[in-house]
Parts: sequence; structure tokens; C-alpha cells
Amino acid sequence: MLRTPAWKHYNWRVLWLSLLYVLLLLSAVYGFRHRLISGPLAYAVAILPALPIIGIIGAIGRYLVEEQDEYVRMLMVRQTLWASGFSLSAATIWGFLESFGLIGRVDGYYVVIAWFFGLGVGGLVNRFTLGDGGC
Amino acid sequence: MRNRLKVLRAERDWSQGDLAERIEVSRQSVNAIETGKYDPSLPLAFRIAKLFGLTVEDIFPQD
Repeated sequence: MLRTPAWKHYNWRVLWLSLLYVLLLLSAVYGFRHRLISGPLAYAVAILPALPIIGIIGAIGRYLVEEQDEYVRMLMVRQTLWASGFSLSAATIWGFLESFGLIGRVDGYYVVIAWFFGLGVGGLVNRFTLGDGGC
Repeated sequence: MRNRLKVLRAERDWSQGDLAERIEVSRQSVNAIETGKYDPSLPLAFRIAKLFGLTVEDIFPQD
């Protein structure tokens, strides 16, 4: 595990955003389950859990800007490229299978879950090709 | 890219960590450059050359 100052800042941001995500998700689920929310407010509350996720994507971008170690930065860039390729490919395949009625519908936010999984795939690729799992 | 970094480092009895500290990168970066898995940027190559008092071509000779 590489521990540059930028990586430590990134970890803190992701930790806080993850906690915020859990809080907002549980609040939204509670609100909808108990029918406490309706009308335009429902749209705002439904979007709330997405904001920390977008924040995490932003934190990755900020990490890439702040990281001073160019090799470590390259490892993360490779990981994000793998994540993007993996998630977009998975979404495209799933989309066609769904369009032809071969599989069931999946919520759109699974794309970002596939993207985060793709970061792990990218880390494995880094380990196998460069001998360095990176961040 | 082939380079003489490992030899130059060994001549000074520096560990990869020592060199990494001097050129302000991670030890992993030094290892990746030494083993030819990563080619440093021009600014980093100049920083390495300056540390050893050599030219970039001395450290990263062309084949």
C-alpha cells in the first residue's frame, strides 16, 4: 500500500463521504418507507444518497490532481481507465440483454458499483503487469 | 527503458528508499524506474540527473 500525503487526504475524504452516504441512504429509505416524503421534496431526497457517491468520484479526480508522485499517479490513472472500460462494457452488454428481454431490469446506479469494482480489477492488472497494486 | 540507476545508487551505497527520499518520490517509483517498468517524465529524469551530477543521457542511455 502506497502512503503518499495525497493518498492519506483521499482516504479521509472517502471515509467521510462513505459515512455521509450511509446516513443519507438510511434517511431516504426511512422517509420513503414511512411515506413521510412526497411531491418535489421526494425528488430531492431520492437524489441525496447519490451526492456522496459523486463526491467520491470527485475525490478520485482531486487525488489525481494532488498526487505529486508521478508513478503512483499513473497507477491510479490506469485503475480508473480499467474501471471506466469495465463498467461501460458491462452496462452496454447488460443494456442489450435487457432490451431483447433476456434478463431483468437493473437499477442504473449499479453502473457506479461496477465502476468501483473495476477499480479493483485495475489494481489487479497493475499488480500482474507492473508488480505494483498501487492504491 | 534501460538505465544505470541501480548501479549509480549502489556506488553510493544508497537504498531505494534513500534515493526516493532525495528525489522526492516513493520507493515504488524508484523500483519501477530501475527495473524499466516505468519511464520517468522529463522533469523527474532531470532531477535524477542533477542529483548524480550527470546528464540524462548518462543515466538513460539510448540503445
